[in-house]
Amino acid sequence: MMKYKPFIFRLLETDQGGRYFMSILLALIVLVLVCNLVVPESSSFHIPTYAVTLIGKYLTYALLAISLDLVWGYLGILSLGHGAFFGLGGYAMGMYLMRQIGDRGVYGHPVLPDFMVFLDYEVLPWFWYGFDHFWFAVLMVLLVPGMLAFVFGWLAFRSRVTGVYLSIITQALTYALMLAFFQNNLGFGGNNGLTDFKDILGFDLRSDKTRVALFVCSALALLLGYLACRFIVLSRLGSLIMAIRDSEGRVRALGYRDEYYKLFVFVVAAMLAGIAGALYVPQVGIINPGEFSPINSIEMVIWVAMGGRGTLYGAALGAVAVNFAKTYFTAVAPEVWLFILGGLFVGVTLFLPRGIVGAVQNIRGMYRNSSEAGISQEAARK
Amino acid sequence: MSNLNVTEYPAIHVPGESILYLDGVSVSFDGFKAIDNLSLYIKKNELRCIIGPNGAGKTTMMDIITGKTRPDAGRVIFGDMTDLTSMSEAEIANMGIGRKFQKPTVFENHTVYDNLKLALKGRRRVFENLFFKLSCEDDDRIRDVLKTIALQNHECLEAGKLSHGQKQWLEIGMLLVQDPKLLLVDEPVAGMTRQETELTAELLTWLAEKHSVVVVEHDMEFVRSLATRVTVLHQGSVLAEGSIESVQENPRVVEVYLGEGQYLT
Repeated sequence: MMKYKPFIFRLLETDQGGRYFMSILLALIVLVLVCNLVVPESSSFHIPTYAVTLIGKYLTYALLAISLDLVWGYLGILSLGHGAFFGLGGYAMGMYLMRQIGDRGVYGHPVLPDFMVFLDYEVLPWFWYGFDHFWFAVLMVLLVPGMLAFVFGWLAFRSRVTGVYLSIITQALTYALMLAFFQNNLGFGGNNGLTDFKDILGFDLRSDKTRVALFVCSALALLLGYLACRFIVLSRLGSLIMAIRDSEGRVRALGYRDEYYKLFVFVVAAMLAGIAGALYVPQVGIINPGEFSPINSIEMVIWVAMGGRGTLYGAALGAVAVNFAKTYFTAVAPEVWLFILGGLFVGVTLFLPRGIVGAVQNIRGMYRNSSEAGISQEAARK
Repeated sequence: MSNLNVTEYPAIHVPGESILYLDGVSVSFDGFKAIDNLSLYIKKNELRCIIGPNGAGKTTMMDIITGKTRPDAGRVIFGDMTDLTSMSEAEIANMGIGRKFQKPTVFENHTVYDNLKLALKGRRRVFENLFFKLSCEDDDRIRDVLKTIALQNHECLEAGKLSHGQKQWLEIGMLLVQDPKLLLVDEPVAGMTRQETELTAELLTWLAEKHSVVVVEHDMEFVRSLATRVTVLHQGSVLAEGSIESVQENPRVVEVYLGEGQYLT
């Protein structure tokens, strides 16, 4: 414990925005816990459980955005298929939740989930084995996205696919997964996906306490995910991946195998996205192939661009801000949301090339310069 | 332009003394022979200048040595035995070949200090870099080099903010901390002031005491100030080799440069 504390401080030493981010996140956890569990429902300070779950969902998006920022902002690979890893993590968790239903499904089959009974499955497919166990599901949440990223990255980075070509094949990857998961005979519930979850680790998913616990888990995952990314970024490896982003040829001429570095970061980011997906699914109560749709992955890129890439906390901020707006506008005026989203992307690209974070930094820089100029003028007068 | 009868200069390979030996290397791009049966021999601790008109194949030759371009034919022998033509760029760099690119290539968003830190010799694997800690010796080494390249007062400056000449030096500095056996230096004084050029000449001469250095350069005054053996490339092969004076008097060299509309002054 003694050693752990200064370690965290070291990670955040040069990261003012990150310190704010951590503080806000911790404050949010406390606030939500108090306002949901302690403050009585009659009070106007009470936060209803549906809102807790909504915030929890935003936090999983924030973790997803941070993982995308690691790949895009630091390594310089614009992944347009990051939703693939999120979705796979989500499916792994969804499969565990399906097994937790047991014989309480609509058809009451002792072994098979409802959709399998409906689709005339005789036995449980082999790839569903093991998902009765939570630890196995958690392992798969990490391994399945990680393995996909490894295989994909191995092929792409070794053949030196870069830039827009790489972006296009990441998009194709998630599109292919979407088409595959839409198939009924793939064994993942096809079109409808996995839903009607009941328990997680024996706790009722509909109970308020479970939902608050899931929110806390999401917040902690975001916190730890942020620190992990920060650790990577601050290491010499982090310095190298930014060097790869800026000048790949120079890195190679220095004797580094750039493809291995890309692979490492890509796999780590995929695993983080998988964790985000796994926390997302029990909170929204469903996972279906729509999560793999290319538009979702593009939306993630907008979050990161909006918040400001290459800062980590900016990505988290962007994810929460855009999704908050999405929740609001899809309720008030659902037909205009896509126009707003498109407008945001154009607007950010044109006017905020470094996102909200960059804009704030610029304003602060201007303020500091003008105050410094004022001081020097005063000094000159004297 | 008269049809030049280019005779080949024999490259004699003496084991134990050679650092780099190009043996009949050829490469063509879409039918254009960029390097045509080129043979070249660099001794240990030799400083060699490569000159030649535009398109003579100077940069392509560097690309072949560093593994960026694969030759169609021929061998590139590093040291006594190692054939570089089948190795990857990273492997070649780790064998001990450092390269300064024609366009100064430093990590613009990194500080001067971090640029050198990334170039430090050894530690090229992924996981050791995740947990890498700079040792005191490493720091000393970086500071030594900072002094050598006259950037000791700019270590915290982003490399992108350096002047053109300073970037060139930083890149040479990155080669220094990399501590290669052979340095390939492509146009080190392009865009430098007269004073900077002189300092660079001193630096390269000093370097050649411990390393083998191959310099590609257009600036004739600079080449003359290095006072070393010069190889003239033309259409992808060696046209002449010798001291700068002998090369300048060589009628074939004069003709090639005049034919290209350039004067070898």
